[in-house]
Amino acid sequence: MMEQVSSTRVRKGKDKIALWLVCIFSFIAMIPLFLILWDVVSKGYKNFNLRLFTEVTPSSMDALLARVNNEPIPGGILNGITGTLLIVGMAILFSVPLGLSIGIYLADNQNKRFAKVVSYLTDLLQGMPSIVIGIIAYAWVVKPLGSYSALAGSVALTIMMLPMIVRSTEETLKMLPGAYKEAGLALGSSYTNVVFKVLLPSGFGGIFTGILLAISRVMGETAPLMLTALGASVVNWHVLEPTSAIPLLIWDFYNDPNLVDLVWSSSLLLLIVIFLLNWIAKTVARKWKV
Amino acid sequence: MKDKLFRFVLFFAALMILLLSAGIIYSLVSRSLDTFNEYGVWGFISNAEWDPRKATEEYGALSFIVGTLYTAFFALLICIPFSLSVALFNGEYFKGTKVASAVSSVVDLLAGIPSIVFGLWGFYSVRPIVIALGVNAQGFGIFLSSIVLAIMIIPYASSLSTEFISMVPNNMKEGAYSLGATRLEVIRRISFPTASSGIVAAYILALGRALGETMAVTMLIGNTDRIPSGLRGTGNTMASVIANQFGEADGLKLSSLIAIGLILFIITAIINLIAKMVMKRLSKV
Repeated sequence: MMEQVSSTRVRKGKDKIALWLVCIFSFIAMIPLFLILWDVVSKGYKNFNLRLFTEVTPSSMDALLARVNNEPIPGGILNGITGTLLIVGMAILFSVPLGLSIGIYLADNQNKRFAKVVSYLTDLLQGMPSIVIGIIAYAWVVKPLGSYSALAGSVALTIMMLPMIVRSTEETLKMLPGAYKEAGLALGSSYTNVVFKVLLPSGFGGIFTGILLAISRVMGETAPLMLTALGASVVNWHVLEPTSAIPLLIWDFYNDPNLVDLVWSSSLLLLIVIFLLNWIAKTVARKWKV
Repeated sequence: MKDKLFRFVLFFAALMILLLSAGIIYSLVSRSLDTFNEYGVWGFISNAEWDPRKATEEYGALSFIVGTLYTAFFALLICIPFSLSVALFNGEYFKGTKVASAVSSVVDLLAGIPSIVFGLWGFYSVRPIVIALGVNAQGFGIFLSSIVLAIMIIPYASSLSTEFISMVPNNMKEGAYSLGATRLEVIRRISFPTASSGIVAAYILALGRALGETMAVTMLIGNTDRIPSGLRGTGNTMASVIANQFGEADGLKLSSLIAIGLILFIITAIINLIAKMVMKRLSKV
């Protein structure tokens, strides 16, 4: 099918219009990021103070009184910060060793049928909606133990992080020259030593970046935690008790008109942490390029 | 000996993925059996009634399935011109330049923003605009959630499309240029057809994201348990109804919510499978 040949001027005109459209639409696509950042920073900086890090969430009543008297909100999100540390920390402990092992296995056994099945299932897990993962952690941990808990939350986040870590480890190791492994083995080193002393150190940049990105992705997850960790108004370090997290608190503040002032400062903190993790990940990736 | 043990540990770890997947499917199915026994699979899927009042209790998933498809496809439609432009900007027109890497960093940052912050922004900043446009009185609904959802999936659609567009071999494009083709003609006749499978796969994956997105939609869609009356109407998606009603649910309602989770899981799994098959076709070419 040939299009009718039109004059050069028309064709050049169309070409120019296309370029302009691409530029304009690309520009528009970038605007929301700045609008969101502006919203969060301009509304959040007022309550972004030491209190945010040192005090727990105030009760709705105290917050109402402060509002009436035109005082700043009496409290912070310490319970959310510690909760996020606890839940995400445990998820890292669970998912990193397991994810690394699976990634190494997949990179080393690419042609085995079993590895292909595992690889496909990893994709399946990666595409799984976070709310469904929340249901699973609810069924596996909350139901049997009879209580919402930090542990249940970290199980949910582990299931989310696992496929990301597996993929980044596998991809990184596959990019390493095969000679690394062969040279190690030829020198008489054991497979275990080759993995720990040659492969993992050479692939450190990619693997570490993958882990950081996985952490930054689950850091802001709210939906699965609503079904598992539930939330708490006090600092809790007990893994089997309901625990809060920063995104859970944002959800609470959003729903409570008295606490709504805290919504933006907690969002600001969350965004700072996430962008910081992303930035470190990018720097590491650039420095330790495979 | 140590090596054998190590290899076994690795194998066992890989086996965990298998067990995890099997366990997930088993748990979802076994916990939604009550609902499927009560209404039948098709009966549950095709029923638009969702009434949790104890006396007239009745559960069907159709309203939420329609709500999900409605928001996700509308979001995809809005997102296409923007993400395709970004992909062309980064992968074709300004490939390899500093501007392109700046644009892609900005779009990447968008992917890092948590769903709940998108929800807040949608509620406080986009909703007033939607009200001012006269879409509906409260602003909540399919229209508002689709717009925010579209912005959320731009990074996913554009980063993968960029990759495929920039992979189009230079000699093909140079051939067309030497015949006097303009850049637009090269894009339409060479780049798009060559990268088409990859671009389609990128949009299918973005659709999968949109289907499962929870918090932002929960905050913006209006949360009514009926089939949305149209773009201006309110509704609920499968993910948002679970997020909203799971906490206080028990018995048949809990089972029905988990059944909705199972349906959502199956839909996203199929979407991912299709995307994978489309990409496989690409690698054969």
